[in-house]
Amino acid sequence: MRALLVLIGLAVALGGCDREERKLAKLPSAAPSPATGERRGDLQPGQKGSGLEQTTSSRSFDGKNAFELAQGKRLFRWYNCSGCHSMGGGGMGPALMDNRWIYGHEPDDIYRTIMEGRPNGMPSFRGRIPDAQVWQIVGYIRSISGLAPKAAAPGRNDGLAVTRPENERERATPRNAPGSG
Amino acid sequence: MAEQMPGKPPMLPRVALALAVCSGLIAHAQDAAGDGAWPMAAHDYANTRFSPLDQVNARNVHSLKLAFSFKTGTTRGNEAAPVVVGSTMYVVTPFPDYLYALDLSRPGANVKWRFDPKPKASAQGVACCDTVNRGVAYDGGRIFMNTLDGDTIAVDAASGNEIWRAHLGDITRGETITMAPVVVKGKVLVGNSGGELGVRGWLTALDAATGKIAWRAWSTGPDADVLIGERFKPHYAQDRGKDLGKTTWPPDAWKIGGGNAWGWISYDPKLDLIYYGTGNPGPWNPDQRPGANKWTSGVFARDPASGEAVWYYQWSPHDLHDYDGVNENVLVDLPIGGKTRAVLLHPDRNGYLYVLDRATGEVLSADPFATITTSFGVDLGDGKLRYNPEKTPRAGRVVHDICPASPGAKDWQPSAWSPRTHLLYIPHNNLCQDAGTYETSYIAGTPYVGADVKMKPGPGGNRGEVLAWDPLARKKVWAIDEKFPAWSGALVTAGDVVFYGTMDGWFKAVDARDGKLLWKFKTDSGVIGQPVSYRGPDGRQYIAVLDGVGGWAGGVVSADIDTRDGSAGLGFTNVMKDLPQYTKKGGTLYVFSLP
Repeated sequence: MRALLVLIGLAVALGGCDREERKLAKLPSAAPSPATGERRGDLQPGQKGSGLEQTTSSRSFDGKNAFELAQGKRLFRWYNCSGCHSMGGGGMGPALMDNRWIYGHEPDDIYRTIMEGRPNGMPSFRGRIPDAQVWQIVGYIRSISGLAPKAAAPGRNDGLAVTRPENERERATPRNAPGSG
Repeated sequence: MAEQMPGKPPMLPRVALALAVCSGLIAHAQDAAGDGAWPMAAHDYANTRFSPLDQVNARNVHSLKLAFSFKTGTTRGNEAAPVVVGSTMYVVTPFPDYLYALDLSRPGANVKWRFDPKPKASAQGVACCDTVNRGVAYDGGRIFMNTLDGDTIAVDAASGNEIWRAHLGDITRGETITMAPVVVKGKVLVGNSGGELGVRGWLTALDAATGKIAWRAWSTGPDADVLIGERFKPHYAQDRGKDLGKTTWPPDAWKIGGGNAWGWISYDPKLDLIYYGTGNPGPWNPDQRPGANKWTSGVFARDPASGEAVWYYQWSPHDLHDYDGVNENVLVDLPIGGKTRAVLLHPDRNGYLYVLDRATGEVLSADPFATITTSFGVDLGDGKLRYNPEKTPRAGRVVHDICPASPGAKDWQPSAWSPRTHLLYIPHNNLCQDAGTYETSYIAGTPYVGADVKMKPGPGGNRGEVLAWDPLARKKVWAIDEKFPAWSGALVTAGDVVFYGTMDGWFKAVDARDGKLLWKFKTDSGVIGQPVSYRGPDGRQYIAVLDGVGGWAGGVVSADIDTRDGSAGLGFTNVMKDLPQYTKKGGTLYVFSLP
């Protein structure tokens, strides 16, 4: 019994390490980010052509890390994602807190959607947002519909409280649109 | 290209044009209005939305029946007014902006032609408040229409063929066009949208014959851009000075400062002046733009030939709450102070019903027509709005009970004026909000707002109201509570009936004199369109309206917004969570007549 408690304690502690870890430098063994295809929409935020067309990138997605998700939440507002998707309910862009994923819910799907843009209004942010930040945003977006562990998802808003915090959301089992990734 | 529809043999456009000319069918906008037609969204240059037809009246309207209906094939918000000239009705839909011509001389009004302008799909991602289109204008045998992705197009009214197309707006900067154009003295007047994306506002005049830009008046920037010159004589001191469109902003902020002319345009042929309002300054967060932010949230009078500004008045200087100044300016002549004065009536988002001398821009009166906590009144001496400092947003704190909320005491939904009752019929909102502002980054082509908003019903709990306003007595004569914001336009007829629709799907007729409900019809989807009335080829009076809930207020249905996030849809969701229980998406034209 005592051994079991120790084991549980150890597991919790280790889980906590994972949750709290801050990867300030890229791991040398990190896999490259998935290749992204041509831009799928007419919108490219910022001035056209002023950013980098292609940046070297590595796949730094960590959907279980509280720091990464908190950063993603901050950047989701900073890059005006929230201007269209609000705090997940949508508006100019579709809702992200429900279970409908037009272009796929896997991290690589979301990454491609942000980088390539989508034909019905999603802008292409490639060359505008540093790659590591895109992965932080990907992690945060999954937490909006409860796809991230509750222990890692953000628990509060810095501004007006108009919706339940991400770590209190029930997992919305993804239903991808037919034919999407 | 227009698609010819079955039921009508294809006709060469030139032949059609020649026939039209020979039989004298080509009418100009204003001439047509007197003849039972409805040639532009507002019916006439004065923006009265008054139909001179009186077959349908307060005594017989209870027997009004559906004559025919037509599905538009779209499901976003239908804010447009059908336009009727001769025996044809022209209906424009929300994105993808289909334009239909319906043959009213045939039973059931079959489709004569459909014009598909094929706007870019990406435009949907930069339209702040649904992908609406507020209507087209008829003039000289042509239909003039705008597309969400920023084009103005002249279409041959007989054949549905494109005559010219002018590309005016750039969606990659967040610029769209949703307003209904107006044709004045051979010029098509068009304004842009994008006040929530840091788009610099303008009104542009195009040559109706060729589509070439005749002039463009920016709403911000140096006087040369705003077309301010010798003739500019504003009534109040605060509007006089050099380059105020630049100097009342932090450096360069005017370049992304909004002031979009996305609302209504009226025209006084006697004074030869056009009137239109300018939208909110960007971003909503006022801390990022100290200054009066000219020439946003105000009204311009301009010469339609040259575009020169003649006067300007600012409804909401340094706007704090997204109070666009684009609502309709209804031109009427009223006996004030013992003489007849040419005035304009303007129910503003900030909650005041303004009466302005339309020759000079002097405010004759400004009275609250809704609950207001954000200001104490308008000083008739210096023309200034007296703000309530307690409701001023400050970054990092939440301000409670801001009334009216951001959509205003009244948003775009146009009022109607009856020269018989001398009342202005105003469909409007009863909403308040809590708001928190924060610093936002400008990234071209993305939202530029910087405010979290949580709306709630205003005092009384009814979120909408339709009221009749007496501008001489300066008071409300009657009012009808509505559960949801009254987001449709109003129509009043010489039969003394007022028509309007509700978001929960009722199209209603009420007595113009006392507001008594006379008739109602359940529509498939909620109504946010503009009802119109016309005389059909059979000599009978018809009433027409589009359903199709949506717009900013109806995004919870039309844009599938998730109601668990009250901040969604720029904060409107919190107060519309129950709308999906009352209505669904749709898009149908309904036309009614007496049996």
